[in-house]
Amino acid sequence: MGFLDIDNTTKSYGAVEVLHNVDISVQEGEFLVLVGPSGCGKSTLLNMIAGLEEITSGEIRIKDSVMNGVHPSKRNIAMVFQSYALYPNMTVGQNITFGLEMHGTPKPEREKAMREVAKLLQIEQLLDRKPGQLSGGQRQRVAMGRALVRNPDVFLFDEPLSNLDAKLRVDMRTEIKKLHQKLGTTIVYVTHDQIEAMTLSTRIAVMNGGYVQQLGTPQEIYDSPANIFVATFMGSPAMNVLPAHVRLQKDAPHAEFSLHDGSLALLPFSQKNLAAWEGKEILLGIRPETLTDVDGADRKSSNIAEMTNRIVVTEPAGSDTFVSMQLGGKDVIARMRSDAEVRAGQDFTFAVNMEKAVAFDPETEARIAP
Amino acid sequence: MSVASQDTAIRTGRITRTLIYVVLILFALFYMLPLYVMLVNSVKPLSEITGGGMMNLPEEFTLEPWFKAWSSAQIGVEPTGLAPYFWNSIKMVVPAVAVSTVLGALNGYVLTKWRFKYDTILFGLMLFACFIPFQIVLIPMARMLGLMGLAGTTWGLALVHVVYGIGFTTLYFRNYYAVFPTELIRAAQIDGAGFFQIFWRILLPSSGPIAVVSIIWQFTNIWNDFLFGASFAGADSQPMTVALNNLVQASHGVKEYNVHFAGAILAATPTLLVYIVAGRYFVRGLMAGSVKG
Ligand SMILES: Nc1ncnc2c1ncn2[C@@H]1O[C@H](COP(=O)(O)OP(=O)(O)OP(=O)(O)O)[C@@H](O)[C@H]1O
Ligand SMILES: [Mg+2]
Repeated sequence: MGFLDIDNTTKSYGAVEVLHNVDISVQEGEFLVLVGPSGCGKSTLLNMIAGLEEITSGEIRIKDSVMNGVHPSKRNIAMVFQSYALYPNMTVGQNITFGLEMHGTPKPEREKAMREVAKLLQIEQLLDRKPGQLSGGQRQRVAMGRALVRNPDVFLFDEPLSNLDAKLRVDMRTEIKKLHQKLGTTIVYVTHDQIEAMTLSTRIAVMNGGYVQQLGTPQEIYDSPANIFVATFMGSPAMNVLPAHVRLQKDAPHAEFSLHDGSLALLPFSQKNLAAWEGKEILLGIRPETLTDVDGADRKSSNIAEMTNRIVVTEPAGSDTFVSMQLGGKDVIARMRSDAEVRAGQDFTFAVNMEKAVAFDPETEARIAP
Repeated sequence: MSVASQDTAIRTGRITRTLIYVVLILFALFYMLPLYVMLVNSVKPLSEITGGGMMNLPEEFTLEPWFKAWSSAQIGVEPTGLAPYFWNSIKMVVPAVAVSTVLGALNGYVLTKWRFKYDTILFGLMLFACFIPFQIVLIPMARMLGLMGLAGTTWGLALVHVVYGIGFTTLYFRNYYAVFPTELIRAAQIDGAGFFQIFWRILLPSSGPIAVVSIIWQFTNIWNDFLFGASFAGADSQPMTVALNNLVQASHGVKEYNVHFAGAILAATPTLLVYIVAGRYFVRGLMAGSVKG
């Protein structure tokens, strides 16, 4: 029993099912992020929680009361929209208090609540302006103020930062996180930006094609992705995935794959259960930051393997240098410290943190280790 | 090379532009000619007109024809001038425009934001109403008005115009609201606003430009209507247009052209005023700021 339960819920438009048996339970005070590519059904799910879309089957409960068929205004939720959806004809102050007014809150109380929220969000000087006279970031704050003032059980955010420029987005992201830590409210937040998902959430639901692919903490999602989709969707640059064979050497499973010249590398797995896959092909997942120069390797790792391969391209990016090479017939990216001495065409010795390596079943694309 | 060709481009541009302006000004003058004739002749004594020289400026300036047209010309039985008919028109136009515009807005709101099954078909049928010729509805409408006890009244006439105008006003508001951000409606729903609260508090205040379009359209059409007025009005509810026709047609003896001209201008003034006054509120961008852009 959670604070917000999404129980075996589906959504169909006519004959097309766009959400399939979604099961998520959110605890009080949690920050759940729904993340996934465009069209995967994130907004639809959020709108179903809000009551703006009907639930085709299944149940959504907030604080143990069933919400199916309950009007949006009776669910004690508040929503921040991607376009902010500020009422153009009302001042900022009126925008913030409109919901309270509709719920019959007396004027003095409304004013008081508005002042408090305006102070919290530092928009006191904007209260008499119209939305048209605000900058993008200010509109964003007003939209959050409108949600906060109602003191709802659950906050719903639909890509609230996607209309802001890069710098402002990072600032507002921090601000939302601070706000959550300060107020401890329950939040469901939709984004297609995996960095936003990682930084903000206490838990993430990665969605694709109307299915929840994986539900877990950011750490779980990052380190033990449920399948290839989650592995490559979360993380930037994306996880390298290359075909490899499992070989036993002294009873220990190893990954065998080809280097740039066709010769074979043999790196030991940390996960002993992979011995069961001996001789079979798997897909090996290596995050770019676990593929480094020898000096840059993670000292805490108990399983660093080395291999020599030819560098194809180097891309200095300030804090890091990205190095691309051929492994198992695929383009693979390594993430180096910026002072690593690398140049294109060089044969270079790389360190692979095999403790963090992930193996997938090539048929089902599901994770088999760790 | 490129400089030279740019030069010629500018020169030909200037020549074509001059040409276009000359043609446009000529057309404009030609178009204004009737107004000139009406204005000039409405402030002359009748003798100057009958003596020829319609195009001349008045030798003797007088406002007598205007006063006569307004308050003492023989229309129908009594020499009342156009004044009572002017008020008839106002009493018909104001409620007809207001009601048809509000109903059009409501229809547009429902058809775009509260979609229901077959709503597009319903809208198609309403659009169809825009293309029904007036003549077809005359007899059925007369019967309907009779049954409702509204025959020969100003209210009956207003009702006819409301019914006939709804197709247009619905079209205007539907198209306007179709691009009105649905997220605003959803936000208002979450805030707890009901059907009519959303309409009054969110949608209507942002409908300025299209309301002006609808009002101008309806006002001009209803004010200028002659057929419905001639068909459905009683002797004491005739609108301005019908009265003007009676003035021009029915005066026996001498045709008082100066009075006719003055009356015609009086009949046209309200629509002109609506254009001049309301046209200025044709402001776009009332929506600016609600949605990022
Ligand atoms: N009214 C509708 N009728 C039919 N299909 C719809 C309707 N609304 C959404 N869909 C479909 O449902 C799926 C999920 O849409 P949704 O808006 O939830 O995607 P999303 O994950 O929010 O994407 P984005 O990141 O682009 O906002 C899409 O494939 C979309 O085409
Ligand atoms: Mg969306």
